[in-house]
Amino acid sequence: MTSVSVGQTLWREVGPVCVAYALVGLSFGAITVSAGIPGWVAPLMSATVFAGSAQFAAVGIMLGGGGVLAAMVAGWVINARMLAYGLSIRHTLGRGTWRRLVGAHLITDVNTALVLAEPKADSGSERARALFWGAGLSIFVTWNVAVMVGVLVGDGLTDIHALGLDAVLPAILLSLIAKPLRDRRTRACAIGGGVVCLAGLWLLPPGWPVLVSLLGCVWLYRPRPRATQ
Amino acid sequence: MTWLIVIAGIALGTYVARVAGPVVGARWRLAPRAGELFEIAPVVLLFSVALVATFSGEAGASIGVAPSRLAGVLVGAWLAWRGQGMAVVVIAAAATTAFLRGVLGA
Repeated sequence: MTSVSVGQTLWREVGPVCVAYALVGLSFGAITVSAGIPGWVAPLMSATVFAGSAQFAAVGIMLGGGGVLAAMVAGWVINARMLAYGLSIRHTLGRGTWRRLVGAHLITDVNTALVLAEPKADSGSERARALFWGAGLSIFVTWNVAVMVGVLVGDGLTDIHALGLDAVLPAILLSLIAKPLRDRRTRACAIGGGVVCLAGLWLLPPGWPVLVSLLGCVWLYRPRPRATQ
Repeated sequence: MTWLIVIAGIALGTYVARVAGPVVGARWRLAPRAGELFEIAPVVLLFSVALVATFSGEAGASIGVAPSRLAGVLVGAWLAWRGQGMAVVVIAAAATTAFLRGVLGA
């Protein structure tokens, strides 16, 4: 079996991802600005946070009146996975402090998965490094350009309700988690958390319902009967 | 100003999480249990944000049901569960909601 070139792998694996991210970035820019959020917020957030799900969560919480603290905590929890990613591909970014400091910002779900799919990932092979930087930069440029275009387009939209755009934010979030929700344990935690969250909508001030949904994770630590094999 | 704080806070926390491994990582290792929680907690949060965004009321009211929005989200959720791509999910959700809103006015 001949080896596939870096360019081919990027084209085949990252190309479709970039198309999807372009659409999501477009929606992100358009939703934020048409909901009345200042036009600089989405581009600044996209360049500095550079993580779609956390950005959507933060904006969703803020639009729901949840406040700064709830938005930040949700963003941190959602992006805490980057710690695991950074640990697993730490040798891939390259040598030298600058390369590591800049490369760290380009860590995403996609290029981490791409590098980990390589046989010699942890040794920091030349090919893994090229895949990481190629995918990271493509996604970074796509995402940020799309968000900016979205802001420009969304600025012209006057009635987001007539276009049904209020259904887009939840639909994107559910689409992002559709795959992990296939796992039974993850689904149990999410449903448990969702019930807590809905109850919290009645009982708690804005912002808290989302945070207390993390209680759904206690399902992972439930006492289990001794294994009877 | 509020937005600047939110952005700075999340950006800083995210960068610290990203850079910790590449810069100091060699000495650290995550426990398997922690790794699992890292994967599941974000899904739980995103699901709840989706719920809140679906059931948030008009003009800052914490809860309210807009039937056309709910229908759009449900159509999107069903398509996502069936494994459809994000483009299909987004367009179907928006179109369903816009259509029903035009018909029902709700």
